[in-house]
Amino acid sequence: MSNNKTLLDIIGPVMIGPSSSHTAGASRIGYMAGKIFGANPKKIEFTLYNSFAKTGYGHGTELALLAGVLGFFPDDSRIKNSFEIAHDMGIEFEFNYKEDYNFHPNAVEIKLFGVSLDGKENAVTVLGKSVGAGEIVINKINGYKFDLRGDYTTLILIYKDAPGMVYRVANLIQSQNVNIASMHCDRNAKGQVASMGISLDNEIPDYTMQKLTEINDMYLIRKLDKIR
Amino acid sequence: MNIKSFDELLAAIDDFGSSGRVLDVKTEGTGALKEAEIYSFVQKAEADFLEISVEAFRERVFEIYKTMKEAVISGLNSKELSKSGLSGENTAIFKENSGLFDDVTGCAEEVCKAAPEKGFALFSPFQKRVMLYSLATIEENARMGKIAACPTAGSSGIVPGVLIALEEELGLGEENMINALITAGVVGEIISEKMALAGAVAGCQAECGVASAMAAASCVYILGGNNEQVLNAAALALKNVLGLTCDPVAGLVEVPCVKRNVFMAMHSLVAAELSISGVKSKIPVDEIVDSMKETGDLMSVKLKESSEAGLATTKTGVSIENILRRKACASKEN
Repeated sequence: MSNNKTLLDIIGPVMIGPSSSHTAGASRIGYMAGKIFGANPKKIEFTLYNSFAKTGYGHGTELALLAGVLGFFPDDSRIKNSFEIAHDMGIEFEFNYKEDYNFHPNAVEIKLFGVSLDGKENAVTVLGKSVGAGEIVINKINGYKFDLRGDYTTLILIYKDAPGMVYRVANLIQSQNVNIASMHCDRNAKGQVASMGISLDNEIPDYTMQKLTEINDMYLIRKLDKIR
Repeated sequence: MNIKSFDELLAAIDDFGSSGRVLDVKTEGTGALKEAEIYSFVQKAEADFLEISVEAFRERVFEIYKTMKEAVISGLNSKELSKSGLSGENTAIFKENSGLFDDVTGCAEEVCKAAPEKGFALFSPFQKRVMLYSLATIEENARMGKIAACPTAGSSGIVPGVLIALEEELGLGEENMINALITAGVVGEIISEKMALAGAVAGCQAECGVASAMAAASCVYILGGNNEQVLNAAALALKNVLGLTCDPVAGLVEVPCVKRNVFMAMHSLVAAELSISGVKSKIPVDEIVDSMKETGDLMSVKLKESSEAGLATTKTGVSIENILRRKACASKEN
């Protein structure tokens, strides 16, 4: 079905049960959210929608989501104890449950608060969905549309909308011979805040990351490694 | 791997065999080339696709097999209930009452000692071990243990149940088990070229049903069947699962999934036994896969993992769901 699949994806993956969508997928969404925040948050608010809300308890969805934010992979036996681990780390967390079929059956919104990667007091909101067989999509970050599936090294940028920004960013990436596999842009209104999600074929050098941070009016810059 | 059907697989293996990579020339008689076994072609194709060596690919397959064995061992040694409380006790019940162990601490790593025959036994110790190991795995899954999703978490007990019991029964080595798991894997992989292996897309025929076809194929490989018999076993198993719905109580991977894994592991033995004896499926395996997809498309969404019909909406199913919802609410308030 999916072109990148191999036999190893059929006889595996190795994961903590019981459900690829509600446990493994949930932990992947949490993992991506944690990486987007970029540091251990002080507080996390999860809102589970629809099937996640209804059947999450029996699937350990809440445990898996939190474990993901803590940086645990879907095969990490610590998933089962993520509540205690977060508690010991002094991380506050809460779960809310909603039924709203404008959202995917397995959707979750994760709000992370605390000192983020940039060293600033910050709040980041990530909306993700678990689409089956452990595969996930991050749809939105802070309200901006993205399409992150964890299958590529991805650069995430949120910045003040200004002419030439896409060119500057693409130019910086290209100058280090990194190939762009795909690119996804969004903005709220002209001249306000815009976003870019850029999937890359190769690793992006630290030098490029540094140069990107030197661009004025960048609100959020993250490099996400591929997770599958 | 760029193989879209079982016919293509057999044709590719023919080419692969005649390219001279298979040197097992039959020494006596005609000098005809022995056909290449499915795993030997597949491991090369997969390794090439992943851009790794065949040895590295086999190592990764073996890692998954090791996880399967660890899951069986953990499952055999636990009585812990799942979070919902709907399962987790069955492995211990079966282990203690199946007459399999005279020493109840026995586990998959040791050769199981069959209890002395006490009168009539419906199944052989080997068959009981297939049942026990698939049950141990799927209950380990339900209690949030570590498993290999083969091909999915909800069907994770079937292939390990068959393979691990065979390994013990026949005293097979690591290389054989890797070959068998590759054989199981390619069956699932080719089916997944045509349809998603997910209950939400095609019902349980695509999860436990496919797992049973995978296990049947690998079982015939171990019994020494030829490639045609290997794929014929998959065909026989698949034909018998068409239309199987996914209607889990309270949306959880437990009722009927836990016990269904045990049934499907045994189901694959029937397919393997028929195939190795020479019984052939009248419908070719590729056509069965097409009909499975068609059946899945025609199936109501209510019977595809949405828990809106079937067992999930029986009087007892609904009452279990209501109890669990209250339990979940109570745990959230704490």
